[in-house]
Amino acid sequence: MLETRVDAYPTHRIGGVPVRAGRTLPFGATPVPGGVNFSVYSNNATAMTLVLFRRGEAAPLVELPFPPSFRRGGVYAMTVFGLDDLGLDVETLEYGYRADGPSRPQDGHRFDPGTILLDPYAKLVGGREVWDAPRDAVYPYRGRIALDDFDWEDDRPPGIRPEDLIVYELHVRGFTRHPSSGVRAPGTFAGLVERLPYLVDLGVNCVELMPVFEFDELDNPRGPHNYWGYNTVGFFAPKASYAASGPYGMQVDEMKNLVKQFHRAGIEVVLDVVFNHTAEGNERGPSISFRGLDNSTYYMLTPDGHYYNFSGTGNTVNCNHPVVREFVLDCLRHWAAEFHVDGFRFDLAAVLGRAPDGTVLANPPLLESLAHDPVLRDCKLIAEAWDAAGLYQVGSFPSYCRWSEWNGRYRDAVRRFVKGDLGTVGELAARMTGSTDIYGPRGPVASVNFVTSHDGFTLRDLVSYNRKHNELNGEENRDGDSANHSWNCGHEGPTDDPDVLALRARQVRNALLLLLTSHGIPMLLAGDEMGRTQQGNNNAYCHDGPLSWIDWDLAREHRDLHRFVRNAIAFRRAHPALRRGEGALGHSVDGRLPEVSWHGVHAWTPDWSPHSRLVAAMFSTMRDDGGYDCVYVAANSYWEGHVLELPAPPEGTVWHLFADTAAAPPHDAHEPGREPRLADQVRVSIGPRATLVLVARERLPEE
Amino acid sequence: MTLDAKMHIDEGTATIRLSGELDGRSAPRLNLLISDAVAAQVRRLVLLVSDVTYMSSAGIRCLLFAHQKLPRGAEIVLVGTRQEVAETIRMTGFDRTVVMQESVERESAEA
Repeated sequence: MLETRVDAYPTHRIGGVPVRAGRTLPFGATPVPGGVNFSVYSNNATAMTLVLFRRGEAAPLVELPFPPSFRRGGVYAMTVFGLDDLGLDVETLEYGYRADGPSRPQDGHRFDPGTILLDPYAKLVGGREVWDAPRDAVYPYRGRIALDDFDWEDDRPPGIRPEDLIVYELHVRGFTRHPSSGVRAPGTFAGLVERLPYLVDLGVNCVELMPVFEFDELDNPRGPHNYWGYNTVGFFAPKASYAASGPYGMQVDEMKNLVKQFHRAGIEVVLDVVFNHTAEGNERGPSISFRGLDNSTYYMLTPDGHYYNFSGTGNTVNCNHPVVREFVLDCLRHWAAEFHVDGFRFDLAAVLGRAPDGTVLANPPLLESLAHDPVLRDCKLIAEAWDAAGLYQVGSFPSYCRWSEWNGRYRDAVRRFVKGDLGTVGELAARMTGSTDIYGPRGPVASVNFVTSHDGFTLRDLVSYNRKHNELNGEENRDGDSANHSWNCGHEGPTDDPDVLALRARQVRNALLLLLTSHGIPMLLAGDEMGRTQQGNNNAYCHDGPLSWIDWDLAREHRDLHRFVRNAIAFRRAHPALRRGEGALGHSVDGRLPEVSWHGVHAWTPDWSPHSRLVAAMFSTMRDDGGYDCVYVAANSYWEGHVLELPAPPEGTVWHLFADTAAAPPHDAHEPGREPRLADQVRVSIGPRATLVLVARERLPEE
Repeated sequence: MTLDAKMHIDEGTATIRLSGELDGRSAPRLNLLISDAVAAQVRRLVLLVSDVTYMSSAGIRCLLFAHQKLPRGAEIVLVGTRQEVAETIRMTGFDRTVVMQESVERESAEA
């Protein structure tokens, strides 16, 4: 039937190639009966040419200028037939565009028909299938046609409630690139799938993948690599060299298979997306795509045509321009609909709330659209609620009661308390209860709690270094944040001193235990559960090597820590009192225990004074069976121990000890469900710089 | 054409022997043969690919085409796949669609 469609026949010939006026929508390159439909837009171009390549060849095969009748508004669309006659097929075809128009940077226009440009909507990008391979000088990142025939087999998103999430942030390449990973395809989506059983065993239920959109790992003027990949080249295309099947052009399939396998294991996949800037850099950067297609539309420009730099990387995407807004929406819908991803974490999301001139908007159209989009309705939206120009919106990010935020205040509060700073207990209490002081009716699920992320020290380094050590980054240690709230426990860097090592081990556990018992969504940094170090480097974006790869031998070396984290995750999953969708009430309702109550050396008597270094909370919630789920968490950052008077557990229950970071492994954290009963139900000792977690369990008849 | 393809249908099994290059240009020919096999209502499709010197993603996608066209429960067997291609099939999840075997002999020994 398709063969008889009228629109499957050419009406024109351009350069001998049969074509017809194309369909304006959808944008991008789309296989249609008999050929491929190409659609690209530019509001300021005066002419457009489609450039076709045979895969891998340096020179174009043919160039097809769009005749005026193929333009609708600012959209140039053409259906190309007869690929077979050109010796091409959807697999071997690569394409790009030349856009002609004014070259007046002072007015914001930087057209150059001499440059071949990547389609912003390219769903497959050729040219970087092999990590570290030299790039083509003329047209390095090439649009390709993606086929959409993946067999999803009834895949459904796990649909995990936000309050139940335990997020694990990882780098696709770094997770399995180290030889110790033992996978067949190191550093790839397939390698990550091979390590899926590890994640299931650990107990996390959501992975947040650092950028996976096509980027150029060689794009770093100061060093050999841009390993993290926050310099996006192709927003619709998975990074080819993250796929073992990239050389086959099957990165789309391999990444879809990853999502499918993770869903099958009950793990959600969230993507770290970077819409605040692109890989095109500042005035001196290359024209890859946007700059040559419509510079003044895609970028925030000063009145004299320079790039605003709210991202700290040279340019700023003009996110609230109506055209760019649609681009971002189309892109996210693509990942949600075609790749079944479960959510997005937006890098420097405060930029997304700025107007084209950089003004901070109260009601940014882009953020509002994302919050209400039907395709994205069930996707988690997580903002890194600050930018590189000083806008810090933690708690004030325009959320539409829909967005969550990386809670930088949580990170700093836990770090400062654990390190022993004075005047931190009140703030810690607020952070432990979902930061409802700053998120209000949005509830604890607005707060993505973390102590470490890819950006900064690893947890081990946080307790091993007072200062950052970024000399290897090539900027004489000027890069990276200096405000780390870190403490080396008595010696800067590696040491054999058993006392220092013991203290570090305890501090790591203190931070992890607070993280995993706090209200809100906890996020772990991959490797922290096995003591990963970056040797004091807190900005390892440029290192593609052992410094940034996960060394799986550490999991054996630090098996006690790994077991501790595994138990703490299982404990969280077992206790609804720790996983609240709504803020906890601090007073009693209908004679029930308060949902949170505060304690100290004496039960029911917290010490909020500036010199206090002790916080103790009892979290209670009614279970479905009518009983209480009740957990007591006490954290002492003083260098001496205390004896704590315990609040009475709920009627019919007794206190059991889940975790004590002062105890030697394996008594630092017990297996959930097998916590030993406390002999003394009235008082408990807490060690110096230690955290205790108790759980109320039903009193057995013989007790 | 660089692909040679011959099909033999016997007792509900279609056996296609391929040699040469299976890529985006030649894959439509294999798809035509698969369509013929579907029309003949076979329950089993055996592709002998040990003489295929090059198989691209389009060749791998033929397997998905066959999987979608053949009745549910039909078996697709790939015999003599080169290791690199077999790995690609595995890593992209297509291995759920096909049974990969080293040789026909092993297949009959197991049967």
